[in-house]
Amino acid sequence: MKIDLKVWRQKNQNTKGHLESYVLEEVDAEMSFLEMLDMLNLKLAKQGERPVEFDHDCREGICGQCGVMINGIAHGPIKNTTTCQLHMRYFKDGDTIYVEPFKAKAFPVIRDLKVDRSALDDIIAAGGYISVNTGQAPEANSILISHEEAESAFDSAACIGCGACVATCKNASAALFASSKISQLAKLPQGKKESSKRAVDMVNRMEDLGFGHCTNTEACQVECPQDISVLNIAQMNYEYNKAKLKK
Amino acid sequence: MAKKIYANIPEGDLKDKWSNYKAHAKLVSPNNRKKLDIIVVGTGLAGASAAASLAEMGYKIKSFCFQDSPRRAHSVAAQGGVNAMKNYQNDGDSVYRMFYDTLKGGDFRSREANTYRLAECSASLIDQAVAQGVPFGREYSGYLRNRSFGGVQVSRTFYSRGQTGQQLLLGSYQALMRQKEQGNVQLFARHEMLDLVLIDGKAKGIIARNLDTGKIERHGAHAVILATGGFGKIYYLSTLAMGCNASALWRAHKKGALMANPSWTQVHPTSLPQSGPYQSKLTLMSESLRNDGRIWVPQLKNEQRSAVEIPEEERDYYLERKYPSFGNLAPRDIASRAAKEQIDKEKGVGALKNAVYLDFSHAIKEYGQELIAERYGNLFNMYQKITGIDAYKEPMKISPSAHFSMGGLWVDYDLMTTIPGLFAIGEANFSDHGANRLGANSLLQACVDGYYITPYTIQNYLADQIQVEKTDTNHPAFATAEKQVQEQLNRFINQKGTRTAEEFHRELGKILYDKCGLSRSEEGLKSAISQIHNLREEYKKNLLVPGDAEDINSELEKAGRVSDYMELSELMCIDALNRNESCGAHFREEYQTEDGEAQRDDEEFAYSAAWEWNGEASSPILNKEPLEFEYVQPTQRSYK
Repeated sequence: MKIDLKVWRQKNQNTKGHLESYVLEEVDAEMSFLEMLDMLNLKLAKQGERPVEFDHDCREGICGQCGVMINGIAHGPIKNTTTCQLHMRYFKDGDTIYVEPFKAKAFPVIRDLKVDRSALDDIIAAGGYISVNTGQAPEANSILISHEEAESAFDSAACIGCGACVATCKNASAALFASSKISQLAKLPQGKKESSKRAVDMVNRMEDLGFGHCTNTEACQVECPQDISVLNIAQMNYEYNKAKLKK
Repeated sequence: MAKKIYANIPEGDLKDKWSNYKAHAKLVSPNNRKKLDIIVVGTGLAGASAAASLAEMGYKIKSFCFQDSPRRAHSVAAQGGVNAMKNYQNDGDSVYRMFYDTLKGGDFRSREANTYRLAECSASLIDQAVAQGVPFGREYSGYLRNRSFGGVQVSRTFYSRGQTGQQLLLGSYQALMRQKEQGNVQLFARHEMLDLVLIDGKAKGIIARNLDTGKIERHGAHAVILATGGFGKIYYLSTLAMGCNASALWRAHKKGALMANPSWTQVHPTSLPQSGPYQSKLTLMSESLRNDGRIWVPQLKNEQRSAVEIPEEERDYYLERKYPSFGNLAPRDIASRAAKEQIDKEKGVGALKNAVYLDFSHAIKEYGQELIAERYGNLFNMYQKITGIDAYKEPMKISPSAHFSMGGLWVDYDLMTTIPGLFAIGEANFSDHGANRLGANSLLQACVDGYYITPYTIQNYLADQIQVEKTDTNHPAFATAEKQVQEQLNRFINQKGTRTAEEFHRELGKILYDKCGLSRSEEGLKSAISQIHNLREEYKKNLLVPGDAEDINSELEKAGRVSDYMELSELMCIDALNRNESCGAHFREEYQTEDGEAQRDDEEFAYSAAWEWNGEASSPILNKEPLEFEYVQPTQRSYK
């Protein structure tokens, strides 16, 4: 099928970007979206032009490295699907597709569709862990965790750190990202000890890094490829407020 | 002239060796550790767990990854689980049995002492992961759950739904970020190691390229750990991530580290088949599916009917027929080869006739759709996303795909390569899996190497380095290495040929799949070597890399990786050609039993082949590490 692409091209952070038009004539419906971009890049390279830089790695929906805005929607039109798992069978012959980078103050553009999401790592560094050194752990079955607790912690832990929630949020808030970790660890007995400190440290770091505040539009959950629930944000607020009240 | 290589196996009975080692290894006192710098390349399970553990001890760590965050390393994609000897199921497990299963699974081509240590350290890993908050599957009572995996008869696999690798990796990534916050780890994401720097024969640093700016950087240290994973991506179509590569290993190899058994690549039996020429990767479906799914092909050649139209009596459940005691849970090498055999007999299914069926209809009838959905729901969803097919209604189509490198840098018992101060851990080394890795042993090995082995063994080396000054990156060795890296990058840019690195890579991968993949023959390997020569020559003249070297340039990154594959691929063929026997994943058509199973030759080939770089890719020197079996008598491996 024929696809009319409008792709964001930007040399670096200090230059202005623009949308460039490209037409691909022989797109196969079985191709993934990224394979379609590969096809474009091969064509550009052969013409002596710079290929479009975009992030990707595992191409099976789990590493979280890929992610672009497709017709204005993070990771495109299919629910709970990363960009790499989106296939061209969901588009029609003759479609026009707008491809742009994830946009947020905390995600500066590196080039074209590639953005710097290291701020997400910095949020984890502020407290997204249980402070246990190698060697300190007690026997695994000495910490009993009910099936329901473990499954619920897993639901929160499934976040792949792609940043679609930030790109979708009108305030560019990382609340869904940070809360999924805060909430996963607060749900587990071994993570409860630090839950107050963790919530305060991570929320403060988020603010320092230039992410916006959550105003409960819940758009983040709609676009999350892992379907992380906004209830995690409620738990984050609970942990944060509880910590503040204690003081 | 081949060098003599020593595995440095500690004295004592098999079960005492690791304890003896730990009792006598040299230590570095806490106040000296902060004076010592360690470079860790790679942030997968092995790299992140080593970096975090060593930083916790007080060493100063520089951690590198080519991805934009350490959390993206490809350990993240492992689905099914991690093995550990806890015997929670009371089903007859023991350290010895786990050791034996792993050794037998590897077709008696791994070192007894290393394999035993892997089993011995496995239990602690589960404790550590639980303490970090890894949400493993649990019983309603709160106790940990297990499932069963291929090649064994006990249930020792722990899992987090179908995302065990992700959850374990996040545990070690979080530990790493905690150490970064405390100032013990400097993180260099979007950096690729392009050379190893040796001073007086010791590993003292690396040359890395900042992939976002194109800047070439020098980094010095007292020791270097390579945790850069496997190189199955050399086959182009594989289950690996697009960025997985052999460059760190290969460049260390060219500086003197030996490569062991490079041709031993595990081909995973349950990945999704190729659907067209544009395809960039093959997605893995967890082996755990084989617990409840039954594998079959139509009995008729070139069957035209759809799966549901083929009656039961016209289906061939070939694994159950050929291997009645293990059935659909036969080890990966055997299951993959059996699938290829059926596809070669024109019994393959799907549009390209390159797949076999994995059928859940019986399990759904027996247990109900709800239970199957709870066990494998995310995998069924993933299958539907990629193929558009609902696997609750019709069987999945699966096909073998290049997956795991059993081979890698040769290391001794300390996990140190033949270059003093250079360690290789996780999939990057060769040591534990022999000629075939058992399912769920990969996450295990990466973690055990990183959390429990390297922190002891690297101290044994560093104890003699505490008087040594910090490495000076103005040393001529750094300047020379940097210059060579820069020149190579410029060569790629200035060639201005007509074919991209990816086009070359696809062609190389096809040669390897056909001739150095699931089955190999003398004739095929010789012709592969000559094809690789031609392709490599063309690569030197006709490569097209748009853009420049002083900027972000993903085409340039690929050019370097493919350039290394052009040399490594030849070594793989030479290694496969040298080994006139079949073992595990290495199946030489000339050496098979009457019923088509791998025929080992323990008289001639009970050794690990450790290859030494000799100035160019076509004439490596073979070093042999004899495999001595003191505790286990190698037998003809049978899963019948």
